[in-house]
Amino acid sequence: MRSSTGCSGLRACWDDAGNTPGSSPYLCPMSSELDARQTAVAEGFGFFDDWSDRYEHLIELGKELPALPEADKVEEALIRGCQSRVWLHAALDADGKVRFRADADALITRGIVAMLLQVLDGLTPAEVAGAELWFLERIGLQAHLSPTRANGLEAMVRAMKLYGVALQARATS
Amino acid sequence: MNATVRALFPALAGTVHGRPLVYLDTAASALKARPVLEAERAFLETDYANVHRGVHTLSQRATDAYEAARETVQRHICAARAEEVIFTSGATDGINLVANAWGNAHVGPGDVVLVTRMEHHANLVPWQLLVERTGARLAVVELLESGELDVDDFQEKLKLSPKLVAFTAVSNVLGTVNDVAGWTRAAREVGACVLVDACQAIAHGGVDVAGWGADFVVFSAHKVYGPTGIGVLYGRSEVLADLPPWRGGGDMIDQVDLERGTTYAPPPFRFEAGTPHISGAIGLAAALDFVAGLGPAAVAAHEQRLLDRAAAGLAAIDGVRLIGTAPHRIGVVSFNLGPHAPYDVGTLLDARGIAVRTGHHCAQPLMKHWGLPGTVRASFGVYTTEEEVDALIDGVQRAARVLG
Repeated sequence: MRSSTGCSGLRACWDDAGNTPGSSPYLCPMSSELDARQTAVAEGFGFFDDWSDRYEHLIELGKELPALPEADKVEEALIRGCQSRVWLHAALDADGKVRFRADADALITRGIVAMLLQVLDGLTPAEVAGAELWFLERIGLQAHLSPTRANGLEAMVRAMKLYGVALQARATS
Repeated sequence: MNATVRALFPALAGTVHGRPLVYLDTAASALKARPVLEAERAFLETDYANVHRGVHTLSQRATDAYEAARETVQRHICAARAEEVIFTSGATDGINLVANAWGNAHVGPGDVVLVTRMEHHANLVPWQLLVERTGARLAVVELLESGELDVDDFQEKLKLSPKLVAFTAVSNVLGTVNDVAGWTRAAREVGACVLVDACQAIAHGGVDVAGWGADFVVFSAHKVYGPTGIGVLYGRSEVLADLPPWRGGGDMIDQVDLERGTTYAPPPFRFEAGTPHISGAIGLAAALDFVAGLGPAAVAAHEQRLLDRAAAGLAAIDGVRLIGTAPHRIGVVSFNLGPHAPYDVGTLLDARGIAVRTGHHCAQPLMKHWGLPGTVRASFGVYTTEEEVDALIDGVQRAARVLG
């Protein structure tokens, strides 16, 4: 997730040592909202040493995520690459912001979805498309970003960013 | 089984998320036994060279070891002759070999290939490809609610005079043990060729090709504490004699002549094109020796105790539903926890160091029978302890509380 490809206006907030914004000397004015949201999500995780605790927190987030109506759990909205089923919808609101709606049939996966929504929902298409999601490393989920992991986190992030790209194109066309 | 056996598996000394590894995914792949690792290593260090070609001493030693491995397999699966043992890259490779070499020669438009709903995808997709290729059709033996095959349906489907019947000896999802000898006899009475998937049976209950009477039997070494990338296709010598080759290459030929055409080696070499997984064959032989040394009856009794303990303990948890309740089961227990996704249960167990399999277990048609997206599956091996089974039960109880 450190790649800054597709980053328009949003600069990567990593310095050469790989420090996250908290310790970074670089200013990232365009991404302050994104960074503030990531900080908030990361703080929610506290300092869990134990994976059981992390998953319990994800499960709590998952339980709080409003369910999608059954009618929206359609084949076309399914994200490939997850062992559990994940449905994702995205549209632009009146202010030109990306509004995501998503659901999953596993609670831990719902928690991951909820977390990504907290970070990316309501941003501009450009911000979504170029988002550097450093918080995943902060909370220890970076290793779960491999496409071969069964949780589908990588597939979800990719799908959300692709919506950002597509909606950006629509907004400017 | 005891601590001595457990000490032979180096992987069990490992930790996961800071906790001791509780490995309950043996049905997917068994951990590797030290005698297997040592046999492979010793061979690679002192006797390794290519086989069947060299006049030099090392190549002859490697050939001797490779062919001795074939004889070891022959002995353990009760085959009449070593030539009936073909080394493959695994069970999937063996089934594809039969579907192509035997299938292309014997299956034509309108013919029936009979499989069961219990099969692993490896024993379904090669047959689907065969019937698509040849204009034949697939028929399926259905399941009973217990997870046993429906014998009446089997008898009914045999009236279709299938050219080939392919079924598993033991279900990888449900643990159901099938009546291999009885089914084989019935299928051969209607003139069908019979292939048995023995991937689970090889480590749980054993393989007896003479007693079974099947034409083909396949298994993978990694299911029986051996290496990956090596497996066995047993073929009855009468069937192998006329079987054309599937893959071409070195080692499988008699004479290669660009003008008059090429002639092929006799079985088993006709079906082993290219340099084989030589050290894998050595490891497989060591693995079969290892299990035989433990005593098949003692292994079966140990695994039965574990299965009974797991099934009883899990069934007592509020919301747990066991999938597959056939009276004769071995090696695996499949279940779901209330409405919760198998993924959630498996992930919470992993956080406690407990390795189980979740999902459809490469058996989607079987899942469809129960309308399930998947199950949680715990599977046992010679190294599994009752304490580990109790850790599983405790882990599922905790998961039930967390998931609510």
